[in-house]
Parts: sequence; structure tokens; C-alpha cells
Amino acid sequence: MKLFIKFDFQAVCNSVLEERLQALGIAYKIVGFGEVEFLQKLSEEKKHEFVEALQPYHIEIVEDQKSILVQKMKDVIIDMVYNADTEVHVKSSVYLSEKLGHSYGYLANLFSEVTYTSIENFIILQKIEYTKHLIIHENLSLTEIAFKLNYSSVAHLSTQFKKTTGITPSAFQRIIEKRRQQQN
Amino acid sequence: MADDYTHIILADDDEDDRMFFTEAFEELKMNTSVRTFNDGVYLLDHLMKNEVVIPHILFLDLNMPRMSGIECLVEIRQNSRFKDMAIAIYSTSASEEDIESTFIKGANIYIKKPSDFKKLKKMLSNVVTINWQYQTNGLNRDNFLLRL
Repeated sequence: MKLFIKFDFQAVCNSVLEERLQALGIAYKIVGFGEVEFLQKLSEEKKHEFVEALQPYHIEIVEDQKSILVQKMKDVIIDMVYNADTEVHVKSSVYLSEKLGHSYGYLANLFSEVTYTSIENFIILQKIEYTKHLIIHENLSLTEIAFKLNYSSVAHLSTQFKKTTGITPSAFQRIIEKRRQQQN
Repeated sequence: MADDYTHIILADDDEDDRMFFTEAFEELKMNTSVRTFNDGVYLLDHLMKNEVVIPHILFLDLNMPRMSGIECLVEIRQNSRFKDMAIAIYSTSASEEDIESTFIKGANIYIKKPSDFKKLKKMLSNVVTINWQYQTNGLNRDNFLLRL
């Protein structure tokens, strides 16, 4: 005798997930196919237990790999911003995709998905943070900083600073100085 | 932002403003939890509890009865427990001098309350996103100044 069986893969997978999550006492929500949201912070230990519980079903967690790649992107970008004077002058998109061995389109999508911000915005933010650091700790003028960070002009840096933070570089400097005076 | 929530508190005596604020975050769907307090005294009572969950961002209205936003700001900034918490001043218009003085007293963000709900959503999402960058990328919080 033979029986023919029809599977609903999504339902099967979801019930395996639900069963395992409930057994571990983890509060969860199944968001979509292949996506689980934890309703509370998961300890490393619990996470490990969860990973192990899924192994017999050949279910693996992929999110971590995404996070690792995003972290690599961030490291490359930060390195690029902080060593702007020594790096070869190629476009950041070309540089990132060469360094990490993925197309820029893939990287850009992944980055926005995980961080809620775009690569471009992240680069700008890092540059402005570095500018703040150079203003306060290295006492560099805006002209020197613009040159160091490869801005085409001081005006460009100054505009980007204002656009990103809402305040001008000189107001920023004034505020930080007054804060320090107040603390002393 | 998948594995963690951004905890947000607002202290504002205006009921409508509190409602717009909460609704804006509900519509944004950004993994945030929002709590509101009706004035500065209630807020500080809450924050000074030992077992309190310190929010990531605190929004302070400037003009509140009993205890103003500035008074809250000064008191909170004297307490090192809250050094990693971003403070946003959330107010109707003020002079340039007033704005700068809130930054000097330790505010990180100054937001002029927008008249339009769409703009409010955009501003709040901007604040959470930028704060998230500071939270996750080890940026220097002492340099966190943002005006919207």
C-alpha cells in the first residue's frame, strides 16, 4: 500500500520552531518565513541551546552571518575614513566590493536591512564624527580637516556638517568648550 | 536593530503632544518602546528608582509645571548613572541662545516640535536612527549633538 503525502513546508518548519522555542521557554514571535523575533534579550547560553536544538532538523541560523558581514563593512569604512590620506583614491563603492568580495548592490541592501541606514549615510556620519574629534582633540582648522578627509572644499565639509548635525562646526566647538569650562 | 529595543521616555505636560509622540512611534514600527510622564517630578521619581530600566533616549519638554525640562536636564546630568542616555529637548521654538544653553547643560538633541505629523515621524525616526549609530558603533557620546 502507498500513501501520497502533501507538505506545507512553511507550516512544518514553523511548528518545529515553535515547539523548540516553547521547550526552551523563549518568548518569541514568528515574523515571516524564516524569521523569528525574540521578545526579550537572549543570553548567549540560551542562544546556543536554541542553535543546538535546531541542528537535528538541519535548520541553521543565518542572521549572524549577515551581522558579521555588516560589521566587516563598518570596519572597512571606518578604516577608509580614518586613513583617508593614505588610501588609494577609488570610489568607496568600488573599494568596499573589492575588499569584501561581494557586489556593491548586495552589500548596500544588506547594510540597510541590518542597520536601518545606508552605506552613504554611514560614511558621512563617520566623517563628521572624525571631524568633531579633530576639531576638539587635534585642534585642526576646518581647512586642514577638509584636506585631510578629501573634501573638495571647506564649504562642502561645512555644509555636510551642518546638514548632518543641525549645527555649524563653530557652534559645535563653542558648545563643547563651554561644557568643559562648566565642568571645571 | 533586530535584536534589541530602543527604550524611549517622554516627559511632557501637554496631553495632545504626548499622544502624537506615542502614535508617531507606533506608526514607525522601529522596535521602540515608549513611556510618557506628565511632568518632570513624575519623571524623576521614576528615573531615580533603583530597579529602573534606563531609557536610551529621554525627550524633555521645556515648559512644564512643577519642574521644567531644564531643571530635569541639569539634575539628570549630575548623575553618572545616566551618562549613556541621550537627552533630547523637545520643545516649541526657542531663541538660538536658549538652544545653545541646553546643549551646554548636557542635552544631545534639540528638536523643535513640528506642526505636522508626517514631519514629526520623520524627525523621530531620524533621532532613533542616529542614536542607534552611537549605541552600536562606539561613537563618542560626548560629541553627540544634533539639532532638528
